[in-house]
Amino acid sequence: MGDMSEVKGLIHNRFGDGLFFTSADQIINWSRKNSIWFMTFGLACCAIEMMATGASRYDTERFGIMPRGTPRQTDLMIVAGTVTLKMATRVKRLYAQMPEPKYVLSMGSCANNGGPYWKHGYHVLKGVDEVIPVDVYVPGCPPRPEALLYGLLKLQEKIQEDRVTRKRGYTVGSLAGARLDGSSDRPVTK
Amino acid sequence: MDARAIHETLVARFGEKITSAALEAASPFAVVATDAIAEVAAFCKADPALAFDNLMCLAAVDYPKETPPRMEVVYHLNSYEHLHTFALKVHVPRESPAVPTVEKSWGVANWHEREAFDLFGIAFTGHSDPRRILLPDDWEGHPLRKDWQDPEYYNGLHVKPTQQMAERALAGEAIGVGPFDFTPKNAHVEEP
Repeated sequence: MGDMSEVKGLIHNRFGDGLFFTSADQIINWSRKNSIWFMTFGLACCAIEMMATGASRYDTERFGIMPRGTPRQTDLMIVAGTVTLKMATRVKRLYAQMPEPKYVLSMGSCANNGGPYWKHGYHVLKGVDEVIPVDVYVPGCPPRPEALLYGLLKLQEKIQEDRVTRKRGYTVGSLAGARLDGSSDRPVTK
Repeated sequence: MDARAIHETLVARFGEKITSAALEAASPFAVVATDAIAEVAAFCKADPALAFDNLMCLAAVDYPKETPPRMEVVYHLNSYEHLHTFALKVHVPRESPAVPTVEKSWGVANWHEREAFDLFGIAFTGHSDPRRILLPDDWEGHPLRKDWQDPEYYNGLHVKPTQQMAERALAGEAIGVGPFDFTPKNAHVEEP
């Protein structure tokens, strides 16, 4: 059961094989993080690396991460490439079409902060986090498939730490500004 | 046909309308009077000795420092039949530039001229579909002109990066997943 074995408690492993006890957060997060379906959504050259990551050599499906063709069936948007100003409104709309819980992985320098279009890109959005909240940023130009996989694993860690039944502040699908040590730029509401 | 023969054919047909030429250039070209470009294009396409059946590229260039300041439209022609190439240029003023369309000679000019209009603001008179092609329809200005200045915002989105965005980008690993370290966690634990 992977991470489930880390759950310790009085009733842990006290019963037969057909019965186990865990917390709701643990089991929901565990299911969510092992069935991340991402949207097939390539904007530029990063999409080539995203395709390589999904293909047999790197094989994201061993983590339960697989591409879907429509935003309505996806949990994760991998923003793979240069977000032009013309595309930014479309990105925003696609994000709105995704069902909750939804996550965003910003892949590559262009999506992170404009990258090579920082100074002279009259047509490029300087970071996709200006239009949608981003959970994980993967640097690189473009990032290698290992780097994208690492980012996806970081997202899995993030989801495992989420609190589903007792929400506190910004949680599901809106972790923009959150850091891996748990601190956040955003105000936390109680 | 070499460039000199092509130029002679054009001069023999159009005379004063071929205003100048550079036949020793890497890509030989002739400059055509702006109002004659549609006829010259139709002739280049139809004449059996020239037979320029392929418009390889239609480009625009901005020369604000020339006297007088001008923009140019460059037509790169190629003939699959005779396997020769040539270029035509027209000069247009930077203020309210307008060129007759060559869409009737080469259908591909439709999109190329839309692109030149989109990025340089050159109007192609007689064009069947004079819209922007790359930039959003509500975009203002023509960004490949040399005097282009980035606006602060487009539809509420930043076009110029702000100081806060620069600091965030430089902070790097504080907002991202950080530099990648694939070393196993316990690789450097020293034995007691």
